[in-house]
Amino acid sequence: MNAPTTVAAAPATATTPRLRRVLHDRRLPVAATALLFLMMYGYGSYRYSFDAQVGPNLLVNNCYLVIAAVGVTFVILAGGIDLSVGSVIGFSGMLLAKLIVAYHVPAGVAALIVLAVGTAGGALMGGMVQVYKVPPFIATLTGLFLFRGLSLVLSKEAIPVDDAGVTQLAQYHVPLGGGTFLSVGALVALVTVAVAAYVLHLTRFGRQVYAIGGSEQSALLMGLPVGRTKVGVYAVSGFCSALAGLVFVLYIQSGDPLHAIGLELDAIAAVVIGGTLLTGGAGYVVGSLLGVLVLGLIKTIISAEGTLSSWWIKIFTGVLLLAFILLQRVIGVRGTNRA
Amino acid sequence: MSLTSWRRLTRHQLFWPATILVALLLFNLPFTPGFLAVGVRNGHLYGSLVSILVFGTPLILVALGMTMVIATGGIDLSVGAVMAISGALACSYISRQPDQNAVTAALTAVALALVVSLLLGAWNGLLVARAGVQPIIATLVLMVAGRGIAQLITGGFIITVQSRPYQTIGGYLFTLPTGVFIAVAAVVGTLAVTRRTALGLLVESVGGNAEASRLAGVRAQRITILVYVFCALCAGVAGLMNSSNLANADANNAGLWIELDAILAVVIGGTPLTGGRFSLGGTVLGALILQTLKTTIYTIGVPSQANMVFEAAVVIIVCLIQSPDFRRRATAPFRGGTRTGSPPVRQPAGVDTPVEARP
Repeated sequence: MNAPTTVAAAPATATTPRLRRVLHDRRLPVAATALLFLMMYGYGSYRYSFDAQVGPNLLVNNCYLVIAAVGVTFVILAGGIDLSVGSVIGFSGMLLAKLIVAYHVPAGVAALIVLAVGTAGGALMGGMVQVYKVPPFIATLTGLFLFRGLSLVLSKEAIPVDDAGVTQLAQYHVPLGGGTFLSVGALVALVTVAVAAYVLHLTRFGRQVYAIGGSEQSALLMGLPVGRTKVGVYAVSGFCSALAGLVFVLYIQSGDPLHAIGLELDAIAAVVIGGTLLTGGAGYVVGSLLGVLVLGLIKTIISAEGTLSSWWIKIFTGVLLLAFILLQRVIGVRGTNRA
Repeated sequence: MSLTSWRRLTRHQLFWPATILVALLLFNLPFTPGFLAVGVRNGHLYGSLVSILVFGTPLILVALGMTMVIATGGIDLSVGAVMAISGALACSYISRQPDQNAVTAALTAVALALVVSLLLGAWNGLLVARAGVQPIIATLVLMVAGRGIAQLITGGFIITVQSRPYQTIGGYLFTLPTGVFIAVAAVVGTLAVTRRTALGLLVESVGGNAEASRLAGVRAQRITILVYVFCALCAGVAGLMNSSNLANADANNAGLWIELDAILAVVIGGTPLTGGRFSLGGTVLGALILQTLKTTIYTIGVPSQANMVFEAAVVIIVCLIQSPDFRRRATAPFRGGTRTGSPPVRQPAGVDTPVEARP
């Protein structure tokens, strides 16, 4: 990775070795995202005098996106892509609501069933990719159609969840001091990020994910279980999407077949803004968390501004994406485009 | 028919897409007896086949551009947004004219939309070719921001227009839908330019290995920019057809998710996402398969909530039939299974080309 490249890294060659080392540090994109987040937050606090709850609310209001982005990070790190995230979230919410309301399944059991179904769905898509060599883009695209369709089959209307336990859990606030709090969903999101970081950096599976994303052929020749790991990352993404679906139900207390449409794009955007390379092999799950927080902050600032219309959110998101992509090109470690 | 010529036929790249399309069309017959009939009403052709063509033309156009992009190993996610921008620009220009029926106003609006589409394509192409950004992210930028820009142009409203000349683009011309003429012209033109000149070969060489073709003297960057410009132009025309057919510009819904349908059509048509070769005929068949599938779902009366499950199931089946690995396994029990010596399971998984054992 640190070998001098002839195609890219032109700006880095003229600089001092020390600066080059900084520019080649793979943590730089994450640091840049963190810095950007702090600057935006500082600007927002200064201009709109944010109260203390705005920060925790970024997590509370986007907890499902954080969890989904974690799953997508696994897939992208392994060099794939998952477009089914939004649909699996919508389907999971519907399945949970249907199980609880129509079949009177205890909420805990229903949640376990949903997680199992989500994981199995992800593994099936992974199987299509691995066994039948269907391109990930296409395999997960069919997943997008299938799960959205299945949630419409479950019910065309939204199903409110009026389970006492669920309501209690949804309204439970974890105090942080100073009058601020986190919701249960936000805590789940933080735990998911922590577990994902542990798995990616300190387990065999995590190393295999990075290895396959770096070069699938090399991983194969090294004797790594490429097939199992590739199916595994899609299963992880399915699990995370199902978990995000559960958290989403907690957040709005109903299942709706039209929920979370297009959420996969937000998740992918968050992963990219978080500094993960879309060809795989480089990136951090913490970056994805920061990416979601940056996206959330854009929405907060634009609604605080009041005079800007909602479409400016899309335009700013696009501009930010562009800025980060170009930043990644400048940084040498992002390297040459492996064709 | 002898066995060898049959085998040669099934190996033809258009065999599977064409078979699937014919099967889908025949599948409709028991449900809708007059499905294949074509009649004339009010001086227009009508019938299920005609409506498949009419509603399918924007998809054919977008998929045509997408094929060229995918042939270079790229992908363009921004086509839906470009469609929205092109329709929004044309309609907002026409709606501000004192006489909406003026031919010059319609022509200016079309020209304006197409020029902007060209610029958007050039933007994508520059990001991919010059800045070296991965195509999927480079075009994701415009996909996310583009719809915002379209809403900015329309001010968040759905702009309706009453311009007869503008509406002919999505209407009828000489008893046939205008879109069909445009699509046929685009397909024939693209076929001529790519297969009668060296351009198609150059595009494929860039898709095969951009760096190698650059070293071989192909202007790889210029070719890459060109295909993105072409793709955006196709999307721009499709956006005009769409907005002209509906006589309005809806920045939120125009061309929504068409990039997914278009990519699917290209893949069903037999063009691999890895680039390096392409089949325009396959793409047209792929787009027609998708449109026929949608029409079929409505005509055979699948309950509306099951639409997407049905569509997904068919798409999964089609993708699996297209997968050589799946076909080999599915037909293995009928071939005796020992012909190749080792079962396919023993092959190194995850590698498309077999790894050479030599050091």
